[in-house]
Amino acid sequence: MPDDAMLRMEKITKVYPNGIVANNEVDFSIRKGEIHALVGENGAGKSTLMRILFGLEESQKGRILLNGTEIKNESPHIAIANGIGMVHQHFMLVPSLTVAENMILGVEPKKGLRIDLQKAIKDTRALAEKYNLAVDPLAKVQFLSVGIKQKVEILKALYRGAEILILDEPTAVLTPQETKELFSELKLLKKQGNTIIFISHKLHEVKELCDRVTIMRNGRIKGTFNTADVTPTDISRLMVGRDVILEVEKDAAKPKEIVLSVTNLVMANDLGQRAVKGVSFQVRKGEILGIAGVEGNGQRELVKGVTGLERIAHGEVTILGESINRKAIKEIRNLGTCHIPEDRMTYGVAKEMTIEQNVLADKYDSQDYTGRILTKPRAIRDLSQKLVEEYQIKCSSPLQEVGMLSGGNIQKVVVAREFSTNPQLIIADQPTRGIDVGSTEFIRNRLVELRDEDSAVMLVSADLNEVLELSDSLIVMYEGEITAFFEDASKVSEEELGLYMLGIKHQTPEEIGGIVYEK
Amino acid sequence: MKDFLQIIFTTQFGYSVLRVTTPILFAALAALVSDRAGVINIALEGIMLITALTGVLFSTWFHSAWLGLLMAVIMGTLTGMLLGYFHLKLKTNVILAAVALNLLASGGTIFVLYLIAGDKGISSSLASLTLPKITIPLLDKIPVLGPILSGHNVLTYFALLSVFLMHYFIYKTPMGMRIRAVGENPEAADSVGIGVKKTQFIALAMSGMIASFGGAYMSMGYVSWFSRDMTAGRGFIALAAEAMGGATPIGSFLASLLFGFFDALSNSLQLLRVPAEFVQMIPYVATVVGLVLYTAAKRNQYQRMLIKIGRQLEPEK
Repeated sequence: MPDDAMLRMEKITKVYPNGIVANNEVDFSIRKGEIHALVGENGAGKSTLMRILFGLEESQKGRILLNGTEIKNESPHIAIANGIGMVHQHFMLVPSLTVAENMILGVEPKKGLRIDLQKAIKDTRALAEKYNLAVDPLAKVQFLSVGIKQKVEILKALYRGAEILILDEPTAVLTPQETKELFSELKLLKKQGNTIIFISHKLHEVKELCDRVTIMRNGRIKGTFNTADVTPTDISRLMVGRDVILEVEKDAAKPKEIVLSVTNLVMANDLGQRAVKGVSFQVRKGEILGIAGVEGNGQRELVKGVTGLERIAHGEVTILGESINRKAIKEIRNLGTCHIPEDRMTYGVAKEMTIEQNVLADKYDSQDYTGRILTKPRAIRDLSQKLVEEYQIKCSSPLQEVGMLSGGNIQKVVVAREFSTNPQLIIADQPTRGIDVGSTEFIRNRLVELRDEDSAVMLVSADLNEVLELSDSLIVMYEGEITAFFEDASKVSEEELGLYMLGIKHQTPEEIGGIVYEK
Repeated sequence: MKDFLQIIFTTQFGYSVLRVTTPILFAALAALVSDRAGVINIALEGIMLITALTGVLFSTWFHSAWLGLLMAVIMGTLTGMLLGYFHLKLKTNVILAAVALNLLASGGTIFVLYLIAGDKGISSSLASLTLPKITIPLLDKIPVLGPILSGHNVLTYFALLSVFLMHYFIYKTPMGMRIRAVGENPEAADSVGIGVKKTQFIALAMSGMIASFGGAYMSMGYVSWFSRDMTAGRGFIALAAEAMGGATPIGSFLASLLFGFFDALSNSLQLLRVPAEFVQMIPYVATVVGLVLYTAAKRNQYQRMLIKIGRQLEPEK
C-alpha cells in the first residue's frame, strides 16, 4: 500500500564515524492522522532515525518522501518548514526566557526593530486554548514543572506549523496522571488532523494510545503492525529477541542495623529555594528503600546532600554512625558509600576516557593499582577485563572510549565501578533511566543481589514500575517533604502511589514517622 | 592624605574618570555580547591594539579622523570574524586562538608601525588626527556637573549611549534573544532552527566591532598617537568588569566605572610623589581585589542563603 503513506523514509542508512551502523536500510512510513509508535531497545536506532527525519543528522543513503515528493531535511529549520516538529526527551527550552519567548524563538514576530511580545503572548494563548494545553505565556520556563514544560514543547512545535509531531519518550518523566492527561491531549491533536510519531519503551502505553507500531532492533526494522493485532509480549519478543521478564525475583528483605540516617535534612536548590524541607528517614543493611516522586520534588537535592555533592543547609546525615555534614566526597566514599548518579554523562563517566580509566576513577589511589610512584598496568587491566566480563559491557575492549558505547553500556560501566568496591551504602539515582531492557534487568538484579549481601540501598526513581518492583519499603516525596511511608512496598498499587506523588493524598506525621527506626 | 583628597574631589578627577572609563566600557560591552552567545572573547586586548593602530594610520592617509575610525571599526569587525573563523570553522579552542591573536597584535602592530613610521615605539612621526571633543550646550554651564560631563570626546558619549543600545539589543530584539538562547542552551536554539555557529559568529564580529571603538578611542581621543602595547591590559580588565557586572549592560557599565575610577586614580597619583611603578599597579590590583571581593560576596550570599533556608523550617508562604 504505497499510496496511503503521508511520510515515507526509504532505505535510510547511517553509519557513525566510529563504525556503528545505527540505521541499516531502514524503511519507515506513517499515514496521515495516525499515532504511530516507534519502539526498540536503546541503541536500536530509533532516535537516530528520528534525528535524520528532523534534520539533526544526515544519512549516508536513502531518501525521505513527504506526500510523494522528496524532501531534504538538512537542518531542523528545513524540517520545521516541511511541517515536522520534534519534542525531545531533554527539553529544548531556554530556562531564563518566558513561555511566550520560547514559543517564538527563531520565528520572532517583529514590530519595527523589536520583538512583538504582545503578539507572541496572544498567539500562545490562542494556541493553548485551541489544543487544550493550559500554559501561562508569561511564566518563566525555569519555574515550570516537567509536565508543563512538555506542553510548551508541543505548543512550540505546533506554533511552527508542525503537522507531524515526533515525541521522544514523552512519558518517561511523567506521573500516571500526567501521562493520562498527555494522552487525551495527543488524541485531541490527532482528531484535529495531526500525525504523531510516539517513541516509547512502555508497551502498555503503545497499546493504549497508538494505532500502529513499528519495531526496531539493531538498526533494522523488525516489522510494522496494527497495535490491535499484537500483544505487548509479541512486541517485546521482536524488540529484544527473547521474552524479557521485567519482574525482579527476590526474597523478603532481612534488614539489620541502620546504615544511613537522615535527620531533619534541609537542602537548597540552584535557585536558592528550599527544595528539601526537613526530611528524616533511615536505611538499614539488607534492604532497599525506594524514594518515589515526580521529578523535581527535592529528590535531586536530597541525593546531593547524602552524597556530599552540595552543602547541607540544616539537619544531619550520618553513615554508619558518622556525621558526613562536614566531610569531603572522598571521605564519604571511604565510609563505603557508592553513588549511581542520575546524570551519567556529567557525574557518572568521563566520556572521552576509556572504560578502563573510568572504572579506575574511584580506586586509582588504592595500593592494588598504584605503587609508590607509578600505576600497576597489569592489575588495572585485570580489573577492567574482569568488570567488563562480569557486567557484560558490550565493547571492543576495555580500552574503548566510553562515549562510543550505547546508553545501557555506559550505565553498566558506572555500575561496575560503583559496585566493585564492596559498598555498605548504595545511592542509586534513576539507575535504569533511558536504557535498554536487557541492561535494566541486569542492573536491577544486581541491586537485589547486593541487598542480599547486606548492602543498604537507597533507590531514587521516577519509574514507578522500578520502585515498586525493587523496593522493600517505600517513601514518597512531594514538594520537598515525605508524604507517605509504606513499610511493605509490594502492597502498594501504582494508582495509589500516584495520588501521593501528586500531593492529592498525604499521610499523617505519625505514619511517616515509621521510617525512623531508632532515634 | 590631604593632597590625596584634593585630587579626588575635583571636577578634573570626575572628568578623567569618564575619560579613562571609555575604552574599558567599550571592551566590557564587547565582552558581554560574545559571552552571552557562549563564546568568550579574550582577544579584546589584541583587537583594541590593532584598531588603535588602524585608526592612526588611516586618519593619516585619508586626512580624516572619521575615515580612520571607520577603517578601525572594519578592521576590528574583521578580527572578530577571524577569531570566529578559527573557533567555529577550524574548531580551535577559542581561548588559545584569542591568545594567539593577542600575541600577534602585540608584535604585529610594532612591526607595521616600524615599516610605516620607522619607529618601534610611537607613531609621533605620523600626522594622525583625533576625533572631536563635544561641548554640550547648557550642560557645560552647570557648575560641577558641567566640567565633569561636558567636553568629552565624541566616543565617550557614544560609549555611554552604547550601554543603552546594548540593553535594547540584547533584551528587545530578535537577534539579542537568539544570542541569549544560544549562550544559555545551544541545543534548544539549534532545535528551533537557529544556527548556533552563525549566531556565535555574528556575536564575535559584533564583539570585535564594539571593541574597535575602544581601540580607536585610545589612539584618536585618549591620546593622539599610537604607542606599543598602549592598551595596557584594558581588554582584560574589561573582561573582569563584564563578569562583575553579571553580564548585563548596566552592571558592566557600573563595574567599568569602578575600574575607570582606579585607573584615573593611578593617573592622578603620579602628581604626588608616589613611585610611578606603584601607581601603575593600582588598576590591576583593583581588578584582582575587585574579583576577589565579588567572589567572596557571592560565596557569602550562598552561605547566608543556606542559613536562611535552614532556619525557616515552617512551610513557605
